[in-house]
Amino acid sequence: MFRSRDPLQPSYRPFIAPAVVLIAAVIVFPWVFTLWMSVNEWTLGGSQHFVAWDNYARLAHDTRFWLSLLRTVIYTTASVVAPLILGTVAALVFHAEVPFRGALRGIFVMPMMATPVAIALVWTMMFHPQLGVLNYLLSLVGLPAQAWIFDQDTVIASLVVVETWQWTPLVMLIVLGGLAAAPTEPYESAEIDGASRWQQFRYITYPMILPFMMIAVVIRTIDALKSFDIIYAMTQGGPGTASETINIYLYNVAFSYYDIGYGSAIAVVFFIVIITLSLALLWLRQRSQWSL
Amino acid sequence: MTLRRILRGLGTALVLIVVVSPAILFFLWMLSLSLKYEIDNGAYPPILIPERFAWSNYTQIFQANDFLRYFVNSVIVTGSATLAALAVGVPAGFGMARMKARKSAVIVMIARMTPGLSFLIPMFLVFQSLGLIGTLWPQIIIHLVVTVPIVIWIMIGYFETTPIELEEAAMIDGANRWEIFMKVALPIARPGIVVAFILSVIFSWNNFLFGIVLAGRTTRTLPVAVYNMLSFEQVSWGPLAAAALVVTLPVLLLTVFAQRQIVAGLTAGAVKGG
Repeated sequence: MFRSRDPLQPSYRPFIAPAVVLIAAVIVFPWVFTLWMSVNEWTLGGSQHFVAWDNYARLAHDTRFWLSLLRTVIYTTASVVAPLILGTVAALVFHAEVPFRGALRGIFVMPMMATPVAIALVWTMMFHPQLGVLNYLLSLVGLPAQAWIFDQDTVIASLVVVETWQWTPLVMLIVLGGLAAAPTEPYESAEIDGASRWQQFRYITYPMILPFMMIAVVIRTIDALKSFDIIYAMTQGGPGTASETINIYLYNVAFSYYDIGYGSAIAVVFFIVIITLSLALLWLRQRSQWSL
Repeated sequence: MTLRRILRGLGTALVLIVVVSPAILFFLWMLSLSLKYEIDNGAYPPILIPERFAWSNYTQIFQANDFLRYFVNSVIVTGSATLAALAVGVPAGFGMARMKARKSAVIVMIARMTPGLSFLIPMFLVFQSLGLIGTLWPQIIIHLVVTVPIVIWIMIGYFETTPIELEEAAMIDGANRWEIFMKVALPIARPGIVVAFILSVIFSWNNFLFGIVLAGRTTRTLPVAVYNMLSFEQVSWGPLAAAALVVTLPVLLLTVFAQRQIVAGLTAGAVKGG
């Protein structure tokens, strides 16, 4: 209040006002309304009445929900770890001075920018048990043909392959940013002291890029938990419910069964899971910085 | 010594090729699928380069599957949602950066963490009660959930790095805050706006979730149209792959030509919409 009268500190509120209104309408309002729907029995095009915590109580006994949660945990863990390792290796490669680095980096980034549905469609063809190119490639190296996304035992692993292919570039970019910001002096002195390349990585590079790897872990975790396009376009949660993660289950409850009250309760719990995990990881990241 | 250096360079180049091959091979295979007739796509062992190219796959999706309409829909939805986000988000990013209102950016972060479906359910009810279902408006409006946070996030980061001294000098010369924004801050921020524009376009263009719920037969965007081809209308692979390539080609071209801006934007804010 007082500050805005200071001529050198003009009020910047008018600049923010339109965004505040817009965010209130399309972001905050849906949050609040979701909370309200979650304490109602509410079907799309049907009746609506207040039921307090019933939806949440129902959730506690919903086996399909707990199984989808378990699948989400498995899917997310694999979809964080694999891109983290591959992305870090790729960043170390891209950090070296090589010809055409810019162009090659552009190609490397393409999977994460491409339209997920389009990608899912081509992967579906590649996974085809008889006509797919992947089983042909397996046969070239003498491995047995797989049913990939068409078998409930391999569907999650196959989807993780696609997710990893798609999102390894993001980890690479973040870690590459860390490498670019790192000073070169420690390497020079390590060279003089006769440190091996592995020792240089382990004791110089790794501690310096660890905070960046942690950022990648946080972002990757959020995105993998929320993963929808790839899974829905390729399997719709199938075969059966073998690849039904929380997000897919939530979609089915809300828009296949039109049970939006219950769907909202799932959304609220899902949101809490994401926030809790993100905060835990951010806390870990703080610690990883202190240990430097 | 020099020979060793050359060998080492070649070695690294080789490793790089291995690293980028999953991306290159995938998109090559996609192109190959889209240019083959049914008989070649069903061949075993698979054929990479066919003897006859099936250009008809491409003409077919525009003639039989009405892809031109869906393309226009996509352009309208992405264009409107991006322009609206820039109009609102650039000044907001400026204001938040100058007020040092870092905390207000937290809401943008949380919006990014929220599953898209939890926006979709309540907004679907709103659109229904307003009678907007069947028009493009619901999709334009809900795409703001993706575009506005990206723009604000990138612009805060950008305005925080631009020098405030110029603005202070203009203030002393008697310019009001609106003039300062328009004539001093905005021109300097142009590269940041380009980054925000590109990322906003890409993530809005790629969005699939909002479309499958909100789009009707005439209001489909390209990702939804492709998905519908896959599930209902088409079984032959050539036109399907051609459709997939048409959908993602604008984004891939943007990625290749604006690679530097995209990398800068993604690593600075480390954002992704959706």
